[in-house]
Amino acid sequence: MRWWLPDAGSTFAGPIDTLFLVILIITGIALVIVEVGVVTFVIRYRARPGRKAFYTHGSTRAEVIWTAIPAVTMVALGLVSNHYWVLMKDKNSVPPNAIQMGVHAKQFEWEVSYAGPDGTLGTPDDFTVRNQLHIPVDQPVAVQLTAEDVIHSFFVPEFRVKQDAVPGMNITAWFQATKTGEYEIGCAELCGMGHYRMRGRVFVHTPEEFNTWLAQQAAGGSE
Amino acid sequence: MKTHDAHHAPMSFWQKYIFSTDHKIIGIQFLFVSLFFLLVGGLLAMQIRWQLGFPGKPMPGGGILPESMVVDGVILPEYYIQLVTMHGTFMVFFAIMPLLVGVYANFLIPLKLGAHDMAFPRINMWSFWLALLAGLIMLAGFFVPDGAPRAGWTMYAPLSARPDLSGATLSQQLWCVSIVVLGLSSVLGSLNYITTVINHRAPGMTWFRMPLSVWALFITAILGVLALPVLQGAAIMLLFDQTIGTHFFDFGAGGQPLLWQHLFWFFGHPEVYILILPAMGMVSDIIANGSRKPIFGYHSMVFAIIGIAFLGWIVWGHHMFMSGMNPTLGSTFMVSTLLIAVPSAIKVFNWLGTMWRGNLHLHVPMLNAIGFVSMFTIGGLSGIFMAATPVDIPIHDTQFIVAHIHYVLFGGSLFALFAAITFWYPKMFGRVMDERLGKIHFWLTFITYNMTFFPMHIIGMGGQMRRIYDPTVYTFLQPQQPVNVFITISAFALFAVQFFFMFNFLWSLKRGQKAPQNPWNDNGLEWSLPNPAPHGNWAPATPIVYRGPYEFSAPEAGDADYLPQTKKLPSDPDPVPATLPGGH
Repeated sequence: MRWWLPDAGSTFAGPIDTLFLVILIITGIALVIVEVGVVTFVIRYRARPGRKAFYTHGSTRAEVIWTAIPAVTMVALGLVSNHYWVLMKDKNSVPPNAIQMGVHAKQFEWEVSYAGPDGTLGTPDDFTVRNQLHIPVDQPVAVQLTAEDVIHSFFVPEFRVKQDAVPGMNITAWFQATKTGEYEIGCAELCGMGHYRMRGRVFVHTPEEFNTWLAQQAAGGSE
Repeated sequence: MKTHDAHHAPMSFWQKYIFSTDHKIIGIQFLFVSLFFLLVGGLLAMQIRWQLGFPGKPMPGGGILPESMVVDGVILPEYYIQLVTMHGTFMVFFAIMPLLVGVYANFLIPLKLGAHDMAFPRINMWSFWLALLAGLIMLAGFFVPDGAPRAGWTMYAPLSARPDLSGATLSQQLWCVSIVVLGLSSVLGSLNYITTVINHRAPGMTWFRMPLSVWALFITAILGVLALPVLQGAAIMLLFDQTIGTHFFDFGAGGQPLLWQHLFWFFGHPEVYILILPAMGMVSDIIANGSRKPIFGYHSMVFAIIGIAFLGWIVWGHHMFMSGMNPTLGSTFMVSTLLIAVPSAIKVFNWLGTMWRGNLHLHVPMLNAIGFVSMFTIGGLSGIFMAATPVDIPIHDTQFIVAHIHYVLFGGSLFALFAAITFWYPKMFGRVMDERLGKIHFWLTFITYNMTFFPMHIIGMGGQMRRIYDPTVYTFLQPQQPVNVFITISAFALFAVQFFFMFNFLWSLKRGQKAPQNPWNDNGLEWSLPNPAPHGNWAPATPIVYRGPYEFSAPEAGDADYLPQTKKLPSDPDPVPATLPGGH
């Protein structure tokens, strides 16, 4: 049982997890202030015979303070977040050397297409594997996400990657795995009664393993 | 003025309680109907929780459901997605929204402003009957071939538009029809509330002497009248896609699936504030009363309500960060969303400021109002995680968002409703709800509620997606299955302790202690009337207002720690010019 985000498996995990922790600390402080305030006031100012409430309509100074602090914090958080957001999602941030792959989502499976021996996607020597995404470690991968029927969402928790696949749209999601191993792809958007079993697997190989696998598949090899 | 007596001739039972035009009776009708739908929504939630806690195990009592939903007691995947769809639909559209707006905008606005009734009493009656009709149409979805709608309460196209892909035909259409009817009800109601607030305030009831509950309900009505038609339009487009072969959301024929999301959330985010602003308003009234102190920073509370409502129109894209919408647009929506933290913080700290150095009477409404403040804070703060776009990536569409929405709508809205129902119960029924049962209900709810919803943050961080029928299908989710079991058991306990409330509510109708005229020693205009208030309220007379609603413990009040808005002190000038009082 984990009490935190899943194990980090891509280069996005570092900044996202740090940002998560920062927000947890900021909101944690705010939460403690409010809850301690509530409990203290309930105990300290509960009604007792002879007690009279302090008659006041407020304090401009106090209100300016608790308006300004959240405003400044939120703007700062927005600026920092935006830096990483652009890095992860903006079209222009996809590394030019990224390996191109296609993921076509349909009820209820992931169809992954790989560039064949010529190394370019969208040519006749491409080949397709169902529900298996094979990628090399430490190398950026750009996935062209499309959908056949309804909206699906491509989600690899360890990679901190999530992107909807929308019928009629071609959306690029890129990431770079940092550890070899096997992970799961989940569908994160309700896509019909089989939504829960729209599960795929990701295999992160060493570059040598990956090239061997590619060559095997391109030659029509099994698996 | 003199002709008012004509209205108050003896009426038949049907005129008085069924086809009533009295805003108070209409409010009470809304109360009973929406508590029924709250129960329906709760029963659906229990089935969802059974399946998530014990996937594939026969559900106790599941045998009474037909084979198309449950086989050998085991919930089928197609029934599960009906459950999540209808739980959300009923809770949002037919429980929380009518409980806050249908009940309390109707009941409180005229009473708190000194009006004799709503500006358009007959339209008001129609608003109720249309809402009930919409609810019955929605409920009918369970009893048609193929069962209830299956595309989630958000009805994302193209799944919702294509019967061949969702597996449901008629009920998907019924969903759209029901929403159109409900929208009409909501618009009629909202126009009424807006007109009443603008035109039917008693002499002396200036804008800045209005209670925050009325301010919140007024702003909510403006949101309603602008937001609901957008949803209605979208629902009609969806209905046309389903029935007459249009292709608004069908990419193959030049439509655009994301259009639905933009329309839905352009309505949907203001809707979220429709579901929380009235709660904030009523909690403000109750916290001032329970603290025996004026509300801290009244004007900034008003401007915070307006600020939240305004920002509510420019944040809808934060539901769509992962949708394929241009990421640059995501950046702007992130900033506007984060800014909502500012008026929300003002409200929370001003409630704390109100309690500070007060003389806290921890009666049941006050306990629930404090519960609201402490739980809404968690819901508001957890929203910051999703607003920060990079952090949204791992938690979007997981149980984390489920936790967030329930901290806002249960910890927020529903605790506020427990407070409001208890507080204005004497005004509605002339009796007081039982204090001891109310306290037992509050504490047990508070504990089991947190046990149910807090762990959802953790399994959401772990990656458990929303609306999946069986989390154990995924290897990475299996280790956290014990938490799902814990949540399920807590949810059953949470549901069970609601019987304290149900029993208290029903029992007190006949057996509750008779309420004194002003049971909470409040300043509001409504308490200058007998309990329950007669049809026509003050008619033919009109109350005169000398001050704001929060003059608790004012020095002028002498020994009493409250100063009703209608009490004339020697130093009070008569309000001129007197606006024309409400009524019909």
